[in-house]
Amino acid sequence: MIAIVQFGGSNCDRDALRALGDLGIDAEIVWHEDGLPEGTTGVMLPGGFSYGDYLRAGAMAARSPIMEQVRAAADDGTPVLGVCNGAQIGCESSMTPGAFTTNERARFQCEHVHVRVENADTRWTRAYEEGQVLELPIAHGEGRFEITDDALAELERDERILFRYSDRDGNVTAEANPNGSKDNVAGILGEREHVAVMMPHPERAALADIGITDGRGVLGGFA
Amino acid sequence: MTDYTATVTVRLKRGVLDPEAKTTQRALERLGFDLSDLRSADRFEIDLEAADAEAAAERASEMAERLLANPTIHDYDVTVTKR
Repeated sequence: MIAIVQFGGSNCDRDALRALGDLGIDAEIVWHEDGLPEGTTGVMLPGGFSYGDYLRAGAMAARSPIMEQVRAAADDGTPVLGVCNGAQIGCESSMTPGAFTTNERARFQCEHVHVRVENADTRWTRAYEEGQVLELPIAHGEGRFEITDDALAELERDERILFRYSDRDGNVTAEANPNGSKDNVAGILGEREHVAVMMPHPERAALADIGITDGRGVLGGFA
Repeated sequence: MTDYTATVTVRLKRGVLDPEAKTTQRALERLGFDLSDLRSADRFEIDLEAADAEAAAERASEMAERLLANPTIHDYDVTVTKR
């Protein structure tokens, strides 16, 4: 059972539940104060505005008690996916390197973007080909990926960059970078392949009835 | 034990883009002000009791390390005054 961790201010928890359900993946919304249930086989940190984005997006949730459990589960090999606010929480909790901070243009951006699959050899991207271009929604004010040059080089070397913002043809350009993210990075892996964070929303691109379905492969990483 | 106020100032590291500061700078320039640069910072004033100023500063620094600042993008400094 995949635990979708709900904080006060989460707002993509039900989208995630519906999308995972549509993929035939057993999932449940778990209130953060209740802790991870027995039998948790995966953890999704959904999007939203946990704790009202106080201090920094994700800062408070990253230091809440359930994240100790999430970290311990990840250490034991449980897959963890953080999306949008969940990605900010992942970085704030140091499960993944770097930080997602204020967009270059300092405003909230809600639009469809394209990302290029940089590494198709992970559970989150095995449904795709390397170089494949996906269309996914973004909805964030603090999505600009920041990281030191050394840490970025390490990510690159270890093939831990999952997605880069690109144009529809897969060209990674400054124009295709919606928020000023360093090196156009849109999604990365933690130290191990089963922990991933990304700013675009795969759960909002999973149901044919409401449009695009390019995100299904990412969520399929829980299967 | 003595009462202290520890002031923690958290600012972006040099070289990290600060879009809010840039926007604020542009707004000031639109109002006709002449300025070369503008940086913003967060300031936290923490009242606490400690054996001495050094202990107060140490505790406030740990607060900065663990929550108030994000070491990926921030530097911080701590000053302590008797309350």
